[in-house]
Amino acid sequence: MMTQFVIRRVLYMIPTLIAVSIVTFLVIQAPPGDYLTTVVARLEAEGQYVDRGQLDALRERYGLDESVWVQYWRWITGIVLHGDFGQSLVYSAPVSDVIQERLGLTILLSVTTLAFVWAVAIPIGMYSAVRRYSVGDYAATFVGFIGLAIPNFLIALILLYVSYRYLGQSVGGLFSPEFVDARWNLGKVLDLLAHLWIPVVIIGTAGTAGMIRVVRANLLDELNRPYVVTARAKGLPERRLLIKYPSRIAASPIVSTVGWLLPSLISAEIIVSVVLSLPTTGPVMLRALESQDMYLAGSFLLVLSVLTVVGTLISDILLARLDPRIRYGRR
Amino acid sequence: MSDVTLLPPAAGGDPGDPDSTTASAAASTDTKADPGTVGQWRMMWRRFRRHRLAMTAAVVLGMIYFVAIFAEFLAPYSPSTRFDDLQYAPPQLIRPVDTSDGFAIGLFAHGYEVTTNEETQRRTVSIDESVTAELGFFVKGEEYELFGLIPWDRHFIGPTDPDNPVFVLGTDRLGRDMLSRLVHGTRVSMSIGLVGVAASMVIGILIGGLSGYYGGAVDTAAQRLIEFIMCIPTLPLWMMLAASVPDDWGVLTKYFAITVILSVIGWTDLARVVRGRFLALREEDFVEAARLDNCGSLRIIRRYLLPSFSSHIIAALTLAIPAMILAETALSFLGLGMQAPAVSWGVLLQEAQNVRSLVSAPWLLIPGIAVVVAVLALNFVGDGLRDAADPYNTGGRRWRKRT
Repeated sequence: MMTQFVIRRVLYMIPTLIAVSIVTFLVIQAPPGDYLTTVVARLEAEGQYVDRGQLDALRERYGLDESVWVQYWRWITGIVLHGDFGQSLVYSAPVSDVIQERLGLTILLSVTTLAFVWAVAIPIGMYSAVRRYSVGDYAATFVGFIGLAIPNFLIALILLYVSYRYLGQSVGGLFSPEFVDARWNLGKVLDLLAHLWIPVVIIGTAGTAGMIRVVRANLLDELNRPYVVTARAKGLPERRLLIKYPSRIAASPIVSTVGWLLPSLISAEIIVSVVLSLPTTGPVMLRALESQDMYLAGSFLLVLSVLTVVGTLISDILLARLDPRIRYGRR
Repeated sequence: MSDVTLLPPAAGGDPGDPDSTTASAAASTDTKADPGTVGQWRMMWRRFRRHRLAMTAAVVLGMIYFVAIFAEFLAPYSPSTRFDDLQYAPPQLIRPVDTSDGFAIGLFAHGYEVTTNEETQRRTVSIDESVTAELGFFVKGEEYELFGLIPWDRHFIGPTDPDNPVFVLGTDRLGRDMLSRLVHGTRVSMSIGLVGVAASMVIGILIGGLSGYYGGAVDTAAQRLIEFIMCIPTLPLWMMLAASVPDDWGVLTKYFAITVILSVIGWTDLARVVRGRFLALREEDFVEAARLDNCGSLRIIRRYLLPSFSSHIIAALTLAIPAMILAETALSFLGLGMQAPAVSWGVLLQEAQNVRSLVSAPWLLIPGIAVVVAVLALNFVGDGLRDAADPYNTGGRRWRKRT
């Protein structure tokens, strides 16, 4: 049954992925005019030299003189069959190389933030639900409202200012200067961990605030159910009761929040990494968009969307393991 | 994310409660109320008024929109007026009493002095406490046209002596008054939310309504579409769309392009709310009765369904505005949304993007406070409206301790 469910969900994902690729391609095509002409004009205005031979090769590669569908077909088959995302004119390097360096850290950052959001929001949300209308509950609600209202790039800016002004150092980046170009070793990993928590906390604020509300509402729905009263009447200690029954039922809607949490975390990651100049996808994507290098930017959009779809799939499968009702019922 | 409720599941009102006895009246469309019953909107207003936090937020919100409407009059200067000597001038404190020359009551601030560092040739502006500048109300200043129609030169507040400028919130890199820019930015930032939400509302209600009313294949298709849009990370998509807007478009065209881009994704939440209400109401007895009376579906939707959930739609719309404002701020902050000469809170925050200007002029972050206040106010008002719109919810109670 479980295998069947997994297969069904994986098959289900395919049309979504195709749709994602079509939308991405349409967005790449959205700016008026010829892609290459625009980029070259931009780059030459910035005083960068572009090789004519390279341009002709690109024109051929993307099939720019042919119909839109031929262009789409060349673009997507290149990616799927050869892992070839094209050539970035801004970085004068294959797009896949540019993406690869950055993507790993983006994934690491997003997954860590996801873990952080859960680790913080679930206990607070549970506390809020159990001790409803207590001082702690009001405090959590208040912090939740503020967290949703402050744009996370603003938190990043404030932190940047405070650390520069009062600590005399910049919090930007994910590595200390001596490790930026170093090869991966234990020292670099530890250095990364020492820097990682700042962006994680900033990116996670809005998600945590939203999550607290979800957890609280879900648990409140369960707390007055007859089975809870029964368990309490049987003399089960309050703490054990809470963890053993209502929390487990309330958990499945919480796991399913990955679907909206992951896209919003990736969005937050992009803007925060621009402010803190982290070596992740954000700054590169912005740079690509500024010089209208749409194929590079589009590749980021495609890869990030695919990652989100896959992330949602994983959470769905976890959910099905957790909650048999989902596995057996119609979706 | 916005349809998460802080509320406990609707607590059925006690029989004595006037709200619950008139609940069925709220669902009917009768505007000429029978004696002893109160119309739907009156009831909503009554419940909303009991919600103290929402009422306070509504007042704040009203003031923000007032500022947006009368920006030219309220701001001391125009957003583009440059004071060439006074770059990065720090904010000034306004004092009610002046003792430099005897004793006087009014609004006073100090003047500025410019010092040049001999080595670096960099000028710094600091506050000169020996000079006093007086502020007044309805002072003569730069000429402007209120609403683009009425020429006038009076400003609500400003320095009485034009040669002695006062910058309550300091100036930016080009010596432009931050207060004036903030006030003018309110217009774009606050209206883009309204226009964007109006655009999303049209798509959202149409698709959500069709999907909820007809159900079946239409519903499945619409739900798939919404799920699909929701799985694309929003900001990168917005960034790509915004980057494809040509640079040479004028401010107004760009403004509408940005609102359209924001509503490409914004409609999904609204469609979900509308669909949910439709699905719930479809099964109600009065709808069944209308159907048995041989009413066509258009008539049922217009006469029976829309009036009974228009209050919910208004609440959902209010809750959708903050997301739009935050999105515009984020895009403009990245340099992809509104661009100079247009002024919005995001455009202003862009000035604070690098550490150096942030350290020399921390007051550039003040527009951020405006964003937070506006978003908080909208969220509170939206929550209050949502609670008030639910006829089975006995208003304000959630803020009181229940025993």
